Amino acid sequence: MTTKPMTLIQAVNDAMGIILEEDDKTLILGEDVGRNGGVFRATEGLQEKYGEDRVVDTPLSESGIIGSSVGLAVNGFKPIAEIQFLGFIYPAYEQIMTHVSRLRMRSMSRFTVPLVIRAPYGAGIKAPEIHSDSVEILFTHMPGIKVICPSTPYDAKGLLIAAMEDPDPVLFLEPMKNYRSIREDVPTERYSIEIGKGKIVEEGSDVTIIAWGAMITIAQKAAAEAAKNGISCEVLDLRTLYPIDRALIAESVQKTTRAIIVHEAHQTSGLGNDIVSIINDTSFLFMRAPIERVTGFDVPVPFFTLEEHYLPTPARVVESIEKVMNF
Amino acid sequence: MGTKYPKQKTEKYPKQQVIDDRGNIVNEAYAEEITEELVRKLYYNMIRIRTFDRRAINLHRQGRLGTYAPFEGQEAAQVGSALALKEGDWVFPTYRDHGATITFGADMAKTYLYWNGRLEGCVPPQGKNIFPPAVPIATQIIHAAGAAWAEKRKGSNNVAIAYFGDGATSEGDFHEGLNFASVFQVPAIFFNQNNGYAISVPIEKQMNSETIAQKAVAYGMPSVRIDGNDCFAVYFEVQKAFERARSGQGPTLVEAVTWRKGAHTTADDPSKYREKEEGEAIVDPVERLELFMKNNNYWDENWIADIQEEITAEIDAAVATMESFPKANVEDVFNHVFEEMPDQLAEQKNAYLNHLGRQSL
Repeated sequence: MTTKPMTLIQAVNDAMGIILEEDDKTLILGEDVGRNGGVFRATEGLQEKYGEDRVVDTPLSESGIIGSSVGLAVNGFKPIAEIQFLGFIYPAYEQIMTHVSRLRMRSMSRFTVPLVIRAPYGAGIKAPEIHSDSVEILFTHMPGIKVICPSTPYDAKGLLIAAMEDPDPVLFLEPMKNYRSIREDVPTERYSIEIGKGKIVEEGSDVTIIAWGAMITIAQKAAAEAAKNGISCEVLDLRTLYPIDRALIAESVQKTTRAIIVHEAHQTSGLGNDIVSIINDTSFLFMRAPIERVTGFDVPVPFFTLEEHYLPTPARVVESIEKVMNF
Repeated sequence: MGTKYPKQKTEKYPKQQVIDDRGNIVNEAYAEEITEELVRKLYYNMIRIRTFDRRAINLHRQGRLGTYAPFEGQEAAQVGSALALKEGDWVFPTYRDHGATITFGADMAKTYLYWNGRLEGCVPPQGKNIFPPAVPIATQIIHAAGAAWAEKRKGSNNVAIAYFGDGATSEGDFHEGLNFASVFQVPAIFFNQNNGYAISVPIEKQMNSETIAQKAVAYGMPSVRIDGNDCFAVYFEVQKAFERARSGQGPTLVEAVTWRKGAHTTADDPSKYREKEEGEAIVDPVERLELFMKNNNYWDENWIADIQEEITAEIDAAVATMESFPKANVEDVFNHVFEEMPDQLAEQKNAYLNHLGRQSL
């Protein structure tokens, strides 16, 4: 198996190149995705190779991008729509909520929307305001769409290919913070990773830390810190947020008997609360301490001079580790 | 209406007519194209959907149908436009366009089923590309642009038509859809039925422009404003727009000026927001075609009696089918959300079915 060192953004680019190459019904739509290769270079070189007809610079029009993708998707094409930043998806929210996610149901599967929406998300890169939102919950709450959020180059490539193979709409969230911070060997060939399956990033026996996207790094740093005090943390990367890997969560917390959830989204109605429910439903009698949540606050993501105070930090996670260990 | 505007736009976008209110031909250019076959096709379909519509209101009053959105007054616009469609074309209707979809080939019984809260009502006959009616406003305009774009990419000569009302032109998706369609020069027809009211809000409170047709200028798109109660004007002008689209000349905005004779829905009371006299001067599109038929020797009492009998029988059968339709399947609450049901949804479904099972013990 040939591999190549890739960053997460290169892995995304590589996956899209494979998809465009093998199926001429696939196309990429978005703002600045063509000649410019995307503001993060996710589509770099793709328009050059596959032409303006398949890697399309659209008008600056999020509802237009998603709405026209619905028309293309029901009429034989497989669009990958890029929303430049998740914080700019709101004009398309109506299209996603009222059509993309429920057209299959409304037409008893006569019309389906095989569409992948890619969106960079998250804080921590000193981006201008609104560019740093982390609103996965707006979509995990929405019936009829899957939500994926990889944290590594390898997972990004395999999950993006799986998203393209999926017959239903998928929102593919890319942690901007991880775009270039991790480089790893990624197979150059095609492979896919099953949607809905998380993985154990670090094995441990005392506390389970559940996270995804850019928060995996935070969880790992906290785990390393705790290890110095002899506490063994198991870190789970959920990778898919809907459907969520309940079996993995249950198995891990039943082993460790303590759980901490880390997410950068706001706390109230955050996905962490669903994970608490999953633990409650599957593992109530195993737990030795109340479940901790380390999350962003119920405030708009701050301007970047203050964003470090919004984002969960390893130190905050370590505090929670101590709390569950000493309960 | 319209007195506060300077007159240049209505002069630039005059309402195209073929017959006037008294049913006299005013545009000789089309006189030869009006054949008995066309007259009968238009009349038959207008009577057919009007009968469907009135029956729906009666069924609702009798508690046999849910809330219903009537289209009486808009038959010429809906039939005239739908008759220009061919197999392979795409239709993106609203909830008030079942006159158009039935004319294009949607099933009457299924359409009644839709208004009775059944998913089956959204499933078009095989081979008919009829979208479920858009319930949010203007969203379907962009879908039409996308489906038309797909046809262009395939190199077919199929087109997509989006139906929408005057209120939809105030939505962002109207702009995004027309802009997309014009940037990519897709074969789409944006068919606006300006029926004067968006529920209770009259057109002059909806926009400060004199016409809807003029909005196409902003997109570099051809447009036409037509008398939407003149079935010939609708039919011929929409044909022209379709021909342009089919021959690769891009999208067209059509404004069909018409009148919603009834309520917004059976749950609405228009006496709260408009005078009874308003609209009285507007000659009903069916009456207008009848005047034309009488003026021009197309009036044939026997034929009319025959079609009325035929249509009544068809609608009776559709109602019977609707009312004898198998009960809704509880599993359909869950079954069409994804192609493959995720475990967490399957668990909810099984738990609920078990609950129902225990209840029925």
